[in-house]
Formats: sequence, C-alpha cells, structure tokens
Amino acid sequence: MSDLLDESTSADTSTTAPFTPTTDELWAITTEMDVVGDTHAPVDELWAPTTPIRSVTPSGPPPTPTTTLPRRPGPDSPAPIRRPIGKIARNDLLTVFGAMLSSLCLTLLLFGQFTALSGRLGFTIVWFGIFLAVYGLLVSVVDNRPAVIDRVMASLLTASAVLAGAALVSVILFTLWRGRTALLKWNLYTQDMSLAGPLDPLDVGGISHAIVGTFIIIGLSLIFTVPLALICAVYLTETRGPITEFVRSVVTAMTALPSIVAGLFIFATWVLILGQQRSGLAAAFAISLMMLPIIIRSADVVLRLVPGNLREASAALGAPQYRTVWFVVLPTARSGLATSVILGVARGIGETAPVLLVSGVTSTMNTNFRENPMMSLPLATFEFVRSPQPALIARGFATAAVLMLVVLFLFAIARVLGGRQAGQLSNRQRRRAAAKSQKDLERIEGATALDASSTAPAPTPASPPVSPMPGTSP
Amino acid sequence: MTMTTIPVRNADVGPETPIALVSRRGIGDKVFFRGAGLSGMLVLAIMGSVGIFLTYEALQALRAAGFSFVTTSTWQPNASGDGFGIAAVLPFTILIAFISIAIATPIAAGTALFIVEVAPKRLKSTLIAMVDLMAAVPSVVYGLWGLFLLQGQVIGLSRWLNTWMGWFPLFTVSGSDPNNPLASASVYTASTFIAGIVVAMMVLPIQCSVMREVFSQVPIGEREGAFALGSTRWGMIQVVSLPFGRGGIIGGTMLGLGRALGETIAVLLIISPRFDFTIHALESGSNSVSALIASRYTEATEFNLSALMAAGLALFAITLVVNFIASYFIARSRSGAGSEA
Repeated sequence: MSDLLDESTSADTSTTAPFTPTTDELWAITTEMDVVGDTHAPVDELWAPTTPIRSVTPSGPPPTPTTTLPRRPGPDSPAPIRRPIGKIARNDLLTVFGAMLSSLCLTLLLFGQFTALSGRLGFTIVWFGIFLAVYGLLVSVVDNRPAVIDRVMASLLTASAVLAGAALVSVILFTLWRGRTALLKWNLYTQDMSLAGPLDPLDVGGISHAIVGTFIIIGLSLIFTVPLALICAVYLTETRGPITEFVRSVVTAMTALPSIVAGLFIFATWVLILGQQRSGLAAAFAISLMMLPIIIRSADVVLRLVPGNLREASAALGAPQYRTVWFVVLPTARSGLATSVILGVARGIGETAPVLLVSGVTSTMNTNFRENPMMSLPLATFEFVRSPQPALIARGFATAAVLMLVVLFLFAIARVLGGRQAGQLSNRQRRRAAAKSQKDLERIEGATALDASSTAPAPTPASPPVSPMPGTSP
Repeated sequence: MTMTTIPVRNADVGPETPIALVSRRGIGDKVFFRGAGLSGMLVLAIMGSVGIFLTYEALQALRAAGFSFVTTSTWQPNASGDGFGIAAVLPFTILIAFISIAIATPIAAGTALFIVEVAPKRLKSTLIAMVDLMAAVPSVVYGLWGLFLLQGQVIGLSRWLNTWMGWFPLFTVSGSDPNNPLASASVYTASTFIAGIVVAMMVLPIQCSVMREVFSQVPIGEREGAFALGSTRWGMIQVVSLPFGRGGIIGGTMLGLGRALGETIAVLLIISPRFDFTIHALESGSNSVSALIASRYTEATEFNLSALMAAGLALFAITLVVNFIASYFIARSRSGAGSEA
C-alpha cells in the first residue's frame, strides 16, 4: 500500500520523457494486460508496482510488462458477493460477540482453574488480550491478512476510547458515590465548619464558606482577566508585526507556567514583599495569572477562525477597523469567546495549589476578600482528605462532588453556547434575525411609501416595474 | 429594478494616473489601536515580570548554592547553601511525567483516531465533549480518585510487574519478596508509578484534543485516494493519517509533558515524599518539584523561599523548553493551525 503511494508521488516529480505510444505499442500493452489478467495472480501481485509507463521509450526494446489491470470476471464466473457498506453486517456483529464470549470463557477458565491469576484489573487486561487473539483468528477464517489487521486495530482504537470514557465515568461516579451521604445532608450547603470538630457526624457543619469563597475568588479573577484577555486577543488578531508575534510567543510560553509557580510568585510579591494579608484577593490574583494566558490563547484561536471575507466586506463598506471588530468580528465569534472564557474558568476554579499558598485555610465564613483567609472548594477538599477521620474524608468527597458539579454545570453552559462554529446561528437566533430583517423591510417599505406619497401626490401611472433608466427606480 | 452602471472613461482626460493606496486612520481607529497595543503591553509586562522576578528572587539561593544546586538531593536550605538541591526532586518529576506520557500517549492517539475515523457520526460530538470534560475535571478530584480507588487496584499490577519483570530496573522494588504471598502491600503504595497513572489522566485529554484536531485536517483527497486504491481503514490510517499528523502527535505529546511536569496537588495527595532518587518506579515514595514547593512554602524564611523559587524556576524553564519544542513541531507539521493549547 505504502509502496504504491510512494510510487505515484515520485512519478509526478520525475522528469522522464512523456509517453507517446504508437498504436502498435498500445496494442501490445493491452494484450499484455490480458495475459496478466489470465494468470489469476493473487491480488497483491496484480497490484504490485511495476515500472512507470512514462519511462517506456518508443524506440527501445519490446516493451516490458507495464500496466496491469485486474481482469473483469467473465460471464461464467460466479457473481461477487455484495457487501453492505452502509450498515453493520450481522456477520461482523456475531464475530465480535462470539470473540467476546469465547475470550471471556477462556479468561474465566484461566483465572478460576488453571493459573493463580487474580485481581479485577488483571482479569480485564487478560480478557482483552485473549479477545484480540480470538477475534483476529475468527476474522482470518473468512478474510485476508490486511482485513484481519484492520479489524484488530479498529478494536484497539475502540478499546482506547472506551478506556478513556470508562476512566472519566469512574472518576465522576466514584466521587459522587463516596460523597453521597454528606451530599444529601442539607446542612452541607448552609453551614460552615466553625462549629464542627473533626469527630462530629455529618449532620453538623458544611462547606458554605468554601462555596461562597470559590465564587468570590473566581468572580474577582473574571473581572481581572476577561476584559484584558479579550482586548489582548483582539490585539493579537487585528495587528501584525514583530511586537505582536513577540507578545504571542510570550503568552504561549506563559501557558506553561506551572500553577504552583504562579502561586509562589503572588505569595512572594503580594504577601511577603508588599506585606499584604493572605486573602481571597491574593488568590484571585494567582488564579488570574493562570487563567490569563489560557483565555488569551483560546480566544486568539477563536478570533482567527472568523472568516476573512466578513472582515473584508465590512472594510469594503468603509467601516473603520474598530467598528469592524465591534460589529462584525466580536459578534461572529461570540459563542466561541464565551466558550474559551468558560473553559478558562473551569480550569481556574479547580486550581488548588495557588490557593493553598496565598489564600490560607480557614473554617469560618469570610466574605471580605481583602483580608483574612478565604476557603475555596478544591482547597477544602484537599484539607478534608488529608485527615484520617472517615467523617472528614466523606466531607472531602462531598466537597469534591460539589466542585465537580459546578464544573460540569459551567461545562454544560459552554457546550450550549459554543457547540457551533462562528457565524452559525441557533434556531432562536435565526428567528430573531429573520424578525429583525422583516421589521427592516417594513420600515424601508413604509419610508418609501411615505416618500412616494409625499413627493408624488398625483396618482402615478402604473409604471412597469423595470425602469429603463438607472436611478429612476423608486 | 436597477441596472448596473459602468463608469465611462472620458476620452478627454487622458491616461489615468495611478492613485497611491494609502489609508489614513481616523481618530476612532487610532484610539482603538493605541488601546489594543496598550493591553498587549500590559499582558507582556505582567508575564515578563513573573519571569524576571522569579529569576531575581531565585538568584540569592542559586548564588549561595552554586553548582551544588543540581547535585544535592536533600532539601535543608541553610545560608551556607550546601544542604539543598534538585538532584532528587527534578528526576522524580521527570520520571512521573514520562510514566504518564508513556501511559497516556497511546490511549490519546487511539481515542483521537477512534473519534475521527471509526466512531459513528452521531457519537462524535459526544466523544469530543467527553474529552473536553476530562480536561475540565479539577486535578484534586483526580487525586482523590487515584488515592482512594486506583491505588488499591494498581497494587496487584505493581506486584505482578515486580514479580515477573523485576530484572528491569524500572520495575525493581527493594524490600519486596515475590515468593511471600502474605507480604505487605505497603512497599507498593504511594509510588511514582501510581502518581504517573493519575497524571496520565490529566495529560490524556490535552494530547487527545491536539491529535484529534490534526487528524481531522487530513486532506480528504488523500484519504479517499487511499480508499480508492483498495486500502483498508487501518491501511489508510497508516499511510495517510499518521504521517500527516506526525507533527501534531509529537506536539500534543510535548504539550501533555509540559502539563505533567507542573502537576501539583494530585501528586502531593498520592506520594509520600522522599529525597533519594530511585529509578524503581514501583517503590513506595516519590517526589516532585511542585509537591516540594506546596509542602515547604510555610518555612517562610527569606532564604528558604528563595531556594523554593530556584526550584520553581528550574521547573518553569524545563516546561518552557518543552512547550516551545511542542509548538515548533505543531507549527512545522503540514497541519499547522491545529495548535490549540
């Protein structure tokens, strides 16, 4: 396969003489084809790359076998079996299930009877290995080698996707499951931990302080980052030059900033050098430092996806660039920008390390972001599970579950907003645009009607709609 | 209604003189460009100050420690500057990152190819959302999952690897006794290997989305050409998709590596810190630069902090280099634009 492709690409660039065969030679080639076709060579041989046609020179020795064509089936040969290409064939499905079943039985035998293997993880791995072998064997009964490889690789690809999905599902379900008792207690959402000791049952105390703290911190960092990030992204897309490229590469470099280093930076400057308190504000600074390059990068990508002809149309109508940006570029990319901001928030909201350094740990509600430690959900999770007390660990899982639900919620919003490409409207938006256009039409028609009635009160003769001269149409 | 009017050249005017194509910016545009440039400069100043300040702060410790900063494994910063260095934490960090990459890359590539080539159309957007969601799950949640669920499952695998492949240094565990069925499992807990698996979960979505982006840009003509020549789907992937996406695969892997190097909280939750580097990844105890910073920042004498800054700077520098290599590979590949980080 690869040989064939290489051959064809190299033939394009080779500078051999153009092929100008005479009739005799053409005849020779075609008969050659027939001969090759008659030998019933296996498909591989038929498709084997031969010398390129164009290297044949008319004055040379009798032409060597050149082009080979698979022979058409004669009238007496059996008709080839049609394969359904649109849907999954029943046979394929049965093969997969058969392979699964037999490999399961074999694995059960291995684990239960023959060997001393044990463990769920090992069982799954062995089962999958045996499944691949059995599946390949089953396919090889009816198909040739490339088909067997294709099937086995397809099931490997499927397995890796299933593995990733299973890991995600297990993370989500495990967290919800371990936190279920604490999650269902209402006091989790209404109380803080100031009155609850480590040994108290789950009926006392909650994480209201962490919930409030998370929203304050993330709100502050949104105020810091969003305007700056969006303007900077516009700057990166609307101007070009060495400075722009430099800013872009610095921003790219900063996406590599480990979150702990961002926290350490704010801790050293804000807390130690400027002598400020560890507070929610400091945490917001650290998280902004993390979110800023992420949002700029993704907003930059989104803005670059705005079709160039929209920009040019706006410029052609005489709009200055800032109006083009404000009325064309930003509205077109609105949903993508919202997505990039929300994904940045989802990233920032789950950051534990910088908050640990600069915000500090507390068990009481604190709504003043300028002083005293402020708790956030990931930090609360971290603190809870560091303790050996089962009740606290349960609280930790519940906190993690709340955090995850917040992230899931944000994520769902991002999907609803940004599920489509720039410029594609939702049904509602399309209806709204149509209504606006209809209103514009009415307004224009009303104006022209008024115009006509005011300038030409006399009944105009029923003129033909197409006026012969430009400029006189109503 | 209207007809198109074509301007008629007046023959008396003579040949047209070309007009210089210059546009003068209005006041609005001037303000706009000034403002945009200002925001760019502001971002540049913020980002630059982080790097410069980190270097400046770290210099104190680096000067005191000199070359021993890269050869010492313990971490007891004192003003004489010989008690601390990154000879243990940095190799541990890199080992964790490499284990996570080794686990995540094949799965990420497989998932990306599955989404692009194999999955039915209806499933595609769901799968893409799944990968994005994986990237959005907070790292502390992955840490909990690794600590309370995964660790118990992986110990069996660790023991098996140690028993059967213990001759390979990576899988050696000192103090383990494969022949004793009742041996305590504690030699396998809190290991580099488990931390690597958990970090792999965080790296996977980043790699997968870069690779998916690249694979989905494979020119339709080349794909169909391969199919038309009678290729199977895997044959097409082999000769078209993989060569086309090579840059994206390398770039995505490197981006994931950058993320893996900086991961803090999940690693901190899982490992039990140790300061003598060992290549035996299955053995209990590990460390990383970011975990070191997170656990030691409270010893806030100025010198200790400067030492932590130096460690942070080393981490930042490595991550930076890795990320730049990543963007180089992504930009150089035929599928240049898919460089979303």
